[in-house]
Amino acid sequence: MAHDHKLQIFRGLVKFKSNERKIWGVFTFLSIVTIIEVALGIIKPEFLTENRFLAMRLLNWIFIVLTLVKAYYITWDFMHMRDEVRALRRAVVWTAIFLICYLVLILLIEGDYIFDVYKNNYIKFSF
Amino acid sequence: MEATVAQTGTEGKTWGGGNRPLNASYGKMMMWFFIVSDALTFSGFLASYGFSRFKFIDAWPIADEVFTHFPFLHGVDAPMYYVAFMTFILIFSSVTMVLAVDAGHKMQKNKVIIYLFLTVIGGLIFVGSQAWEWATFIKGDYGAVETNGGKILQFLDKDGKRVAIGDFAVPLPSTAKTHTEGNGVWYMEGGTTTTFNYEEVKEGFLANENLLIRDQELVPDMAALRASDLEADKQEVARLERSYINLDEIGEKAIYNREMSVDKLVNDGKLVVEGANLKHNEYGTPLFADFFFFITGFHGFHVFSGVIFNLIIFFNVVIGTYEKRGQYEMVEKVGLYWHFVDLVWVFVFTFFYLV
Repeated sequence: MAHDHKLQIFRGLVKFKSNERKIWGVFTFLSIVTIIEVALGIIKPEFLTENRFLAMRLLNWIFIVLTLVKAYYITWDFMHMRDEVRALRRAVVWTAIFLICYLVLILLIEGDYIFDVYKNNYIKFSF
Repeated sequence: MEATVAQTGTEGKTWGGGNRPLNASYGKMMMWFFIVSDALTFSGFLASYGFSRFKFIDAWPIADEVFTHFPFLHGVDAPMYYVAFMTFILIFSSVTMVLAVDAGHKMQKNKVIIYLFLTVIGGLIFVGSQAWEWATFIKGDYGAVETNGGKILQFLDKDGKRVAIGDFAVPLPSTAKTHTEGNGVWYMEGGTTTTFNYEEVKEGFLANENLLIRDQELVPDMAALRASDLEADKQEVARLERSYINLDEIGEKAIYNREMSVDKLVNDGKLVVEGANLKHNEYGTPLFADFFFFITGFHGFHVFSGVIFNLIIFFNVVIGTYEKRGQYEMVEKVGLYWHFVDLVWVFVFTFFYLV
C-alpha cells in the first residue's frame, strides 16, 4: 500500500507539510463553515430571507451550497477520495450525484404540484 | 503444470489479467460501494421529507421554534445551539478517526489506540445528545389544540409570544380516568391523558381576553394579491383581512384576531396535544415528527453501529491483531463508514434544522 497523500487543498492555494497538518487544516475550515451556517440560521438577515432565486430564499441556497462544500471536503480529505484513482472516484461520486439529483428533482416538483391541487381544488391545466 | 497452462500471449498487457484498475483492495472497494447504496437510502428518506414538506409547505413547523432547548438551561431560548454542538462533536470525532487512520499507516499502534478511543467517546456523546433531543421533542413545549381536521392551534398573547396551555387553562372538576385494557373491554384503550383536557383549555381561553390563536397558514404576498383583478383573489383578500391581524408580515405564520380565535377553538377544536409522537404533533403537521423520528433515528442507529465497529477495531488494535497482520487497513475501512455517518449528519443538519 502506498501512503502518499496529496497535501494541497483549494486547488493548490494551501499546501500542508504533512497529512496530519492537512487534517487539522480541513477541520478548521469545516468548523468555520459550520459556525457561519449556525450564525446565519440564528440571525436570518432580512435581505437573504426576502430575496429569492429560483423560488427559493437566498439564505436556503447559501445553506445548501455550504453543505455541499462541507460534503466535498469530508469525502475528499477525511475519506481520502483525493488520493484514490480517477475511476474509483467517478464510480462512487457520479453514480450517487446523478441518482440523487434526479430523485430530488422529480419528488420536489411532484410535491409542489400536489400542494397546488390541495390549495386550489382544481388542476390548473387541461389537456 | 507448465504444459497445461494456455499461453495467450497477452501477459503483461491491459487485458492480460492481474490488473488493478481501481487500485483499491477488495474490502475497501466494497466499503465504498456499500456507502454509495447507503447514501442512496438516506437520499430517499431526505427526498421524501422534501416531498412532504413541499406538499404541506404552508403547514410545516419552523425548526428554530421546535428545537430551542439546551441542557441545564431552563427557560432560555437557545435555537439550534445544541444541534450545532452535536455537529461539532461529530466532525471532531471524524478528525480523531482520520488521525487514527494516519497513525495506522505509520504503524504507530499507541497513537491508533488513543485516537480510536477518542472517536468512540465522541460517538457516544453524540448518541446521548440525540436521545436528549428526542426526549425534549417528545415531551413538548407549549402544548396546542388539534382540530377535527387535524390542524394545530397554537396559543399566543397580544405581542405574538407563545403561551403555554398550563398558564391559562382552568382546572375543572372531573372524574375521568384513563381507560386501560385492564378495566374494560380488553381490546380497547383510551387516548393519552394530557395535563389539561380540551374543555379546560377552552374555559381558560374564553376567560382570558388577551389570548390569540394561530394555525399553520402563512401570510401571503398581500401587495400582489390586492393588486390582482381576479374575483377569487378579491375574495381571498377579504377573507384574510377578516381573519388575521398580522397581514403585514409576509411569510410569517398568520395570527387570528380574537373573534376568529374563539370561533376556531370552540367550533373546530378537538383535543389537547402535548409534545409529539407518530400521530399527533404540537409543533405542526404530524409528518414532521414522523420524518424527524425516522431520519434522525436511522442516522442515530448508524452512529450506534459505527461505535460498535469502532470498539471492535479498538480492541483488535489493543491486542495487536493489525500489528501482526502488518497493516492497519481495517481501521481505514471502518473509518470510511464513520466519516460517512458524519457526512449524512451534515445533510440532516441542513435539511432538518437550517433550511
